Amino acid sequence: MTALAALIRRDIRIALRVGGGALIGVLFFLTVVVLMPFAVGPDLALLTRLGPAILWLGALLASLLTLDRLFMADHEDGSLDLIVMGRVPLELACAGKALAHWLAAGLPLVVATPVLGLLLNLDLLATAAVALTLLAGTPALTFTGMIGAALAVTLHRGGLLLAVLVLPLSIPVLIFGVAASEAAIAGPLSFGAPFSILCALSLVSFVVGPFAAAASLRHGLD
Amino acid sequence: MKLSDLANPTRFLSLTGRLLPYLAAATAIVLLIGLYLSATAPDDYQQGATVKIMFIHVPNAWLSMFVWAVMSAAALGTLVWRHPLADVAAKAAAPIGASFTFLALVTGSLWGRPMWGTYWEWDARLTSVLILFLMYLGLMALWRAVEDPSRAARAAAVLTLVGALNLPIIKFSVDWWNTLHQPASVFRMGGSTLDRAFLIPLLVMAVGFTLLFVTLHLAAMRNEILRRRVRALQMMQARASASELGPASPASQPA
Repeated sequence: MTALAALIRRDIRIALRVGGGALIGVLFFLTVVVLMPFAVGPDLALLTRLGPAILWLGALLASLLTLDRLFMADHEDGSLDLIVMGRVPLELACAGKALAHWLAAGLPLVVATPVLGLLLNLDLLATAAVALTLLAGTPALTFTGMIGAALAVTLHRGGLLLAVLVLPLSIPVLIFGVAASEAAIAGPLSFGAPFSILCALSLVSFVVGPFAAAASLRHGLD
Repeated sequence: MKLSDLANPTRFLSLTGRLLPYLAAATAIVLLIGLYLSATAPDDYQQGATVKIMFIHVPNAWLSMFVWAVMSAAALGTLVWRHPLADVAAKAAAPIGASFTFLALVTGSLWGRPMWGTYWEWDARLTSVLILFLMYLGLMALWRAVEDPSRAARAAAVLTLVGALNLPIIKFSVDWWNTLHQPASVFRMGGSTLDRAFLIPLLVMAVGFTLLFVTLHLAAMRNEILRRRVRALQMMQARASASELGPASPASQPA
């Protein structure tokens, strides 16, 4: 357990340090949201209506962008081989790495949401709803994305291939994330049902993600 | 590669070599009967002759999912038993499955034009088949990204199994999304069961398309095995010619 805690602490520290690049995701998130009014026009009513969708798309793309850092740096300096051979079960180590990655790259997106909500003319309730759904949904994005990151690192291919593989898998999270936030803002459906399914998706990804990533690392690294 | 690994594909080649002509003949016969039955099936009282698109569309849609199931079984064979033919089967199935999915989309859209008045409708079924098509293409991109087939096989196997777990979730969420955004405005075949006059041609066509898949899949597997042998022979040849020149320049040896 201490080894796992050390792994998580190490990953967070590396991600937040100079050259870690976790916070670039937040900057990218901000840029995407700023770009949207240029595409759809500065109509505040329209932006309010599209707000939850824009924030969710931005967060999805931003979390995708930081994903290939999850294993790549460790693979380059050889510490991934140590993790694979280490005494901590690989599934647990993968879960720890993903948790650290989410704390360093996913949580900042949730924290930034209220500020970005102001830019999109979202009121307090809408912003809170989007932030809450992002808090429940971004872990699913990280843990499913981890599968793609593990595949990419064993094949020495990242970037576009990872995006093409991971994005279809994240469609359910996007659907229920936006559905829950829009239900909270406008109704008429209840907030509870889509939000519970969103939480369920995150829980499922906690189970599936580490096992699939560990399987592909174990079979792929040789 | 050990000889015992080669033994199995060789037996497979000789067996399928004998089996394939019969399979191809059976496919042709069943498909001809199916086409005749579908051509002589009565027109629908609401849809007219366009209902005949169904006899092509539904088998394609059924196979688009069946092929993913076949690939998942092959993926288990790759990861669990390291069966030498499993990754060949998985690799050969992907483009065929993508073609069936594409045909299901095209025929669905051609059917949608007279029925719904538009080629594309963000209908729940169409959308989830489109996502399935995207996943097939992603899988094929993964196969093509890596030169070493056994390395690509294990990565593709993991992705296939994750996809098999995810596809029902995607289907369910697209249904949810569809009912949320678009109240039922779309004409559906569902509700009442199909009349026997439609059911029999449809079943014959489904059997015919399944036979077509089996035939194409076995042929594609044979091609893939032969392609790998050619690749192995080329590498052996390259190694032999390198070792003829070899001792003079040891630095050129790959690590």
